[in-house]
Amino acid sequence: MADFDTPELKEYPVIPHIQEGVMAHSKPFVAKEEFQEQLGFPGELVDNWEQVAIDKMGELTGKYRSLQVFLDSCVKCGACTDKCHYYLGTTDPKNMPVARQDLFRKVYRRYFTFAGKHFPKLVGATDLTKEVLDDWYSYFHQCSQCRRCSVYCPYGIDTAEISMAAREVMDSIGVGQKYCNEIIAKVYKIGNNLGLPEPALADTLEGLEEDVEDDTGVAVKYPLDVKGADILVVTPSADFFAEPHVDGLIGYGKVFHEAGVSWTLSSKASEAANFGMFIGSYENMRRVSMRIREAALELGVKRIIFGECGHAWRVAYSFLNTLAGPFDFLDPKYPVPQHILEFTWNEIQKGTLNIDKSANDDMVLTFHDSCNVARASRMGPEPGGQFKIPRNVIKAVCNNFVDMAPETIHEKTFCCGGGGGLLTDDLMELRVKGAMPRMEALKNVIEDHGVTNMAAICAICKSQFTKVLPYYGMDMDMIVSVHQLVSNAIVLTGQTGEDDEDESADDAA
Amino acid sequence: MSFLTITYTLLFYAATALLVAGLARKIMQYARTPAPLKIPTTPAPVTRTGVVMRMFRELVFFESLFKSNKWIWIFGWMFHYGMFLVLARHLRYFTDPVWTWVDLIQPFGMYAAFAMSAGLLGLWVRRLVVDRVRYITALSDHLMLALLFAIAGTGLMMDYVTHTDIVAVKAFFLGLMYFDWQPIPTDPVLLAHLGLVATLMIIFPISKLLHAPGVFFSPTRNQVDNPRAEPGLRAHNSRHIAPWAAELDK
Repeated sequence: MADFDTPELKEYPVIPHIQEGVMAHSKPFVAKEEFQEQLGFPGELVDNWEQVAIDKMGELTGKYRSLQVFLDSCVKCGACTDKCHYYLGTTDPKNMPVARQDLFRKVYRRYFTFAGKHFPKLVGATDLTKEVLDDWYSYFHQCSQCRRCSVYCPYGIDTAEISMAAREVMDSIGVGQKYCNEIIAKVYKIGNNLGLPEPALADTLEGLEEDVEDDTGVAVKYPLDVKGADILVVTPSADFFAEPHVDGLIGYGKVFHEAGVSWTLSSKASEAANFGMFIGSYENMRRVSMRIREAALELGVKRIIFGECGHAWRVAYSFLNTLAGPFDFLDPKYPVPQHILEFTWNEIQKGTLNIDKSANDDMVLTFHDSCNVARASRMGPEPGGQFKIPRNVIKAVCNNFVDMAPETIHEKTFCCGGGGGLLTDDLMELRVKGAMPRMEALKNVIEDHGVTNMAAICAICKSQFTKVLPYYGMDMDMIVSVHQLVSNAIVLTGQTGEDDEDESADDAA
Repeated sequence: MSFLTITYTLLFYAATALLVAGLARKIMQYARTPAPLKIPTTPAPVTRTGVVMRMFRELVFFESLFKSNKWIWIFGWMFHYGMFLVLARHLRYFTDPVWTWVDLIQPFGMYAAFAMSAGLLGLWVRRLVVDRVRYITALSDHLMLALLFAIAGTGLMMDYVTHTDIVAVKAFFLGLMYFDWQPIPTDPVLLAHLGLVATLMIIFPISKLLHAPGVFFSPTRNQVDNPRAEPGLRAHNSRHIAPWAAELDK
């Protein structure tokens, strides 16, 4: 299938021995000049790039406490060395979180610390050379910013913060990554990552309305740009057309329909994802976020709800109020923003949804905790709600649910292998290898518990798994949206069709 | 006063000044650098009290390290808490009369010195034996372990091999504190021990030992999980925003 070997899945996780340099060749395509410039970065490598990069490094350590503290604090204890899915899948030692950080830290030491300035060899400090820059470009695009290492570090050092800073330094000297930067430029120009213009969106949503009416006999609406609606729904643009994403969007519409609330999508904020985070650029992240504020103001909504998307939910939950707040113009009875699962779980508890769990009886499900939802956000009022609420919803609409091994779920979950701006075909080897720990855990529940499908709540996870599952001999269709399960199980008021006489409903929570 | 006494007197004043000034500089830097975004590693506490508890567990039990790797945890904990007790035991050289609790822990301090050394050895063996840890180890990491081990070793030697005049040692340190300088005993082991300690003090603020103040400032651990506008937790008109980021709104 490709010019690399898919890792072998084992019955129990094994920590591999290091193999130096085996992933040094992995590099994503470089961004073209026009896209660099649209984001406010130089089009190509600037002449005095060493100095510009060092100045940028100094600027960033002054702007981000996380970066300054993390660069100083690492003691090389080794606790993180076996925690990164990219290390476990590739065995390249520079994919160990501490070694990845050290690519940046050794330059920081050389230019900003006493020991590194005067005794570089002693503390492993190096000049910023072209070789170092190449290493940065390669290995800071082998980090999905999933934060698994930060759970295990005794000082909470988060490699994502270092990767973001490194990518921002590289952007500032004209070396950007094609995938991320072109997508951000597309968001500015058209409004979403996939480049779907307003007429295409309207067309798609109309098509969905027809499909749902054909299936159920009920006219469920999928509104776009409706002024005065109560709820603005912001969802990843993959939800507008790709399987299994679109089945999730169908589910959101059914839930809103049954809950009897008015809602709308926006053609301006037709994208939940915010790739500004991946490249560590506060300015770009803010600019992408402001679209949502503007859309909410223009449409005059009272609430904002985000669809199923992992990194988007991190930016929404953790950063949106900072980047685009304050949200004092929205209804103070509701958090801003809310997650679609918070909304659906609330409706399930209220009993407004008529649920037929047997509609999902053809599946035995497991759930993949998306990294940024798990370790960088929350749902509901309690810590850990981000683990409970998705599972509660799944269990409320399905009879068969099994969790994967405890060291691979909740805060210890493995990234899908495609997060953080790496979901691009030019990084296919990395994506396949990085998925190994998750694939291993999945294969074990398939063999031990007869699991048939894995549910996810992130557009990147869904796309990534669809692509890599076949490499591991599994079916690409086994990945489903959580709201696809909800959609299957909801019996709409007045619904016709084969489920008509089956009224085992209402055993919700 | 002998040349040795003058040297060690000046050395300890210099080491103390560098330690205090260096640490103060770094702590000021950490405190002044803004944390523009809320990045606690979740699940995280939603209240200040919860964060204090999280930090307490992190500092006292090394909670994250415990989740991570039991060997590093055992050796790291033995070393740090061994050293903590040993340091507490050494307060008897700086207090007159000696505080009661310092008197009471004297016998435990001896076991602690062995625990500290054993922990250091364990950590060192990991650096040599585990290929992943060997890969990330720099020369300075070995030297740091060597320094700490030599400090513990010379300290233990004075208890078990060649005793020193601890009354005179105490007079020397009290003299430093009250600017009433006293001669230092001339045993080589004591001089080595004190020289190594002064070295440690000097390199503390310019080395990875900065993890000690750093852990208190780590945003992934010390932030409250309350970023979004939420009824009852964070008002809809409130925001977490850094001064430089607020400039962008203008």
